[in-house]
Amino acid sequence: MNPLLSVRDLTLLYGPEKGCQGVSFDLYPGEVLGIVGESGSGKSTLLSVLSGRNMPDTGQVTYHCPQTGSIDLYRASEAQRRNLLRTQWGFVEQNPRDGLRMNVSAGANIGERLMAQGVRHYGQLRQAGLQWLKQVEIDPARIDDLPRTFSGGMQQRLQIARNLVSSPKLMFMDEPTGGLDVSVQAHLLDLLRGLVRELQLAVIIVTHDLAVARLLADRLMVMRRSRVVEAGLTDQILDDPQHAYSQLLVSSVLQP
Amino acid sequence: MKTVMEVKGLAKTFTLHQQHGVVLNVLQGLDFSVLAGECLILHGRSGAGKSTLLRTLYGNYLPAAGSIRVLHQDQMIEMLGAEPRQILELRRTTLGYVSQFLRVIPRVSCLDVVMEPARARGMDLNTARQRAEELLLRLGIPERLWNLAPGTFSGGEQQRVNIARSFMVHWPVLLLDEPTASLDDANRKVVIELIEEARRAGSGLIAISHDAETRNAIADRYLDMTPKELSHAD
Repeated sequence: MNPLLSVRDLTLLYGPEKGCQGVSFDLYPGEVLGIVGESGSGKSTLLSVLSGRNMPDTGQVTYHCPQTGSIDLYRASEAQRRNLLRTQWGFVEQNPRDGLRMNVSAGANIGERLMAQGVRHYGQLRQAGLQWLKQVEIDPARIDDLPRTFSGGMQQRLQIARNLVSSPKLMFMDEPTGGLDVSVQAHLLDLLRGLVRELQLAVIIVTHDLAVARLLADRLMVMRRSRVVEAGLTDQILDDPQHAYSQLLVSSVLQP
Repeated sequence: MKTVMEVKGLAKTFTLHQQHGVVLNVLQGLDFSVLAGECLILHGRSGAGKSTLLRTLYGNYLPAAGSIRVLHQDQMIEMLGAEPRQILELRRTTLGYVSQFLRVIPRVSCLDVVMEPARARGMDLNTARQRAEELLLRLGIPERLWNLAPGTFSGGEQQRVNIARSFMVHWPVLLLDEPTASLDDANRKVVIELIEEARRAGSGLIAISHDAETRNAIADRYLDMTPKELSHAD
């Protein structure tokens, strides 16, 4: 099996040890990679570079596209990158208001990616909207409502539906359960777990919550001061961390 | 009979960076192998490293040195230095682990928890459900609990749900950490039966059990883990 994403020596520094540096890994189809570490360790910077939102100082990211072959992310044109991000990739923001269009209906939010791919038939767009609302456990009767009228947990689920409608192969998630209360978090995690399996999605998820990491991620990278200090199988990192910082991180949590 | 697991020169140390860098040498120079259809009992007092060994064999703990080779689809696969996805693939189809404790996931029903290992291998829903219901009945989990999430179950019920889950599918290598601890006689007998069935189906078993009745019923061989010099107590 070939990797979906190959990352080599990726560096973007805003200052000494601020940002990310020397990051390399391969991600395979259907694999969920968790990035954990304290605030300011460079997790979100890494995610923004990996997803092509920021250009790195140095390094290379290659996306091996099942349909069109390999794409060198930073050498591709702006249009190619944008196209990738709204078809084969998805990005779930921590704050759903950053990932949704708040002034158009839930249905229009879901339909946007399809329209960008050339679907113009109103019935088809509507059908996709209803189907995806149901899939993320939102009452389809809410299809014409503005996201503003949704609860935080519903907005987050809508954001996920909006990304999944184009059948992406790879999703980036930045603290997707961050701002939600615990019962809503459990619901969302359960939903994500199911979708990841069912759709064979590869996911790179940034979280500081080790319980979320244990539930969703196959493997983890632990970041500290812009560097990856340890990487491996999720339960091995959480139950038998090797690096001094990983041990501190795991032992600081109340029962991950 | 073919060898399903082969361990050579296995060592496990823990370096406690948060506690002045103390180094604990828990396992050193372990050699053994297990045949298909054979049950090896890890023997030694509390703190000898039995559970640590099982966790290391499962890839949950990172070995310091040595070799763990597992028969996976007619090939001996080295676990030391394997990629996470290779270990996960071993755990999906070859290497099973039963502990006393169920890891509860919010909102996931008892039946779904039990069916999961079979569904992960692509067993269809009806067959999986039938097998799961059969196991839950044998282990005395009442039908009214099947559609509830096990988070609210008693400790004993959770333990039995976990056992049902572990015996949903055939494991060529099965690691058992105190599978019958704190079960009543009737349920212990059922678990011993399940272990016997797995062995007859060709599973190679490595087990820890402090319960003499279970041990005598399933043991083929013992691995003495009494340390030469006791360097660590768990």
